[in-house]
Amino acid sequence: MPAIHSPLPGTFYRSSSPETPPFKVEGDAVAVGDVIGLIEVMKSFHEVKSEVAGTAIRFVTDNEEPVMAGAVLAELS
Amino acid sequence: MLRKLLVANRGEIAVRIIRAARDLGIATVAVHSDADATALHVQLADEAVNIGPPAAKKSYLNIASILKAAAETGCCSVHPGYGFLAENAGFSDAVSAAGLIFVGPSGEAIRLMGDKVAARSAAHAAGVPIVPGSMGRVEGIDAARPILIDTGFPVMIKAAAGGGGRGIRIANTLSEFEQAFPQAQAEALAAFGDGGLYMERVITRARHIEVQILADGRDAIHCFERECSLQRRRQKVWEEAPSGALSPRLRDELCTSAVRLARAVSYSGAGTVEYLYDEDADRFYFIEMNTRIQVEHPVTEMITGLDLVAEMLRIAGGEPLRVRQSDVTVTGHAIEVRLNAEDPARDFAPFPGTVESLRIPGGPGVRFDSMLYAGYTVPPFYDSLLAKLIVHAETRDAAITRLARALSELRIDGLKTTKPLFQALAADPAVRSGDFHTRWLEGWLEINASRLSPNPEP
Repeated sequence: MPAIHSPLPGTFYRSSSPETPPFKVEGDAVAVGDVIGLIEVMKSFHEVKSEVAGTAIRFVTDNEEPVMAGAVLAELS
Repeated sequence: MLRKLLVANRGEIAVRIIRAARDLGIATVAVHSDADATALHVQLADEAVNIGPPAAKKSYLNIASILKAAAETGCCSVHPGYGFLAENAGFSDAVSAAGLIFVGPSGEAIRLMGDKVAARSAAHAAGVPIVPGSMGRVEGIDAARPILIDTGFPVMIKAAAGGGGRGIRIANTLSEFEQAFPQAQAEALAAFGDGGLYMERVITRARHIEVQILADGRDAIHCFERECSLQRRRQKVWEEAPSGALSPRLRDELCTSAVRLARAVSYSGAGTVEYLYDEDADRFYFIEMNTRIQVEHPVTEMITGLDLVAEMLRIAGGEPLRVRQSDVTVTGHAIEVRLNAEDPARDFAPFPGTVESLRIPGGPGVRFDSMLYAGYTVPPFYDSLLAKLIVHAETRDAAITRLARALSELRIDGLKTTKPLFQALAADPAVRSGDFHTRWLEGWLEINASRLSPNPEP
């Protein structure tokens, strides 16, 4: 099953701010290059772009969870 | 004197505060998140309490958790450091309401200075020059036009309810202004539900100069100025004292105006009054007052010989100011540079990681305030500041030479840091001559990015 990994260590966010909807909700289709979340590293924010495509996304890491570099954020089917 | 202090912070400032407290014989309690269990401040404090998960919101910004830790360890006082809760009036109030001493000003003073308009009015009332502009909200263009006589052009139009750079427009001419003002009003109403605007002169080329204050609620003194004009994205990277740009007469006016403001608001603790200095016009203008100890406080300590954090603790313990104004004198010149976990060769991308080995500079006139140790892993969850290298010498020239010497001694293996930036700046003729302003560094970075790769270490 293809997976999307965190490129950096930090905090994972599923939306660009608490007031905005998430980039992707459970079951959304994902194309290569789609933004699926943000990683906050030392107060700076970096987009997580999928390098793989899939018909349905399933998040493994919760919103606002700390992650290590390489951690699986979501899986695709 | 305080008996036992909880330090509600992390990183180098937590270490700095613990050191000052221990020098005064005050017992210390560190607080830390899950990500900071092995941090230096935890190791150096007498006791340590875990206050929650890595996210600052759940730990270092969690007022209930911090107050619970203070109660459980029998602390009588709390030092907020800088950042996190340091300028949160509600935190100051909550600490006091819990029967503890907040090492800093009252919630009321924090609230006053945190409100830009109220702070500007307080400064004006205390006879401190403010940036020419409206004295409060402007409701319509007919009321706005006469204010242009004071501001001139370019003029900045700001949404009263805005903040963080949102809702700002700049007009360079009257016709631009006639067009921009109604637009800004409509925008402010749509975005914030409040069409109130402010106007302020835009000062395009200025130096950032700030005055250190110490006050005990009855009296206030200044500890001279710091210049922090070298900034990247509005973040200070290099600070020095004294400023090379001020005449003795203007220095005196600037510093006494800061004391007037502190007295006018019955300020208590350490604080900083920040100004813009327009060198061409030889005028300074109040920007804001920071109601906390600042990152760059060591440069003031180096030139005055004072321990500002220790003085804060003494004042919080109920002692009157120990130092009279006439006792505060300037000796030599000091410079501080901020070593951040960032890669200057890659547009300052953050670089958390593990310190493999560490060589700390030393010798005469060198101070290194840091939370680093060999084997320490810098977590990705917080600010990128790793260390502050501070040098002191007889003259500014000698201080820059000493800075270059100390930087050549410094080695932080395993991380990328901003050290190459400071090596390049220390070698730059414009920096050497002190010829810069708050927007100088960003232009310099565009030209000199290629010089910021790490040099081979000796």
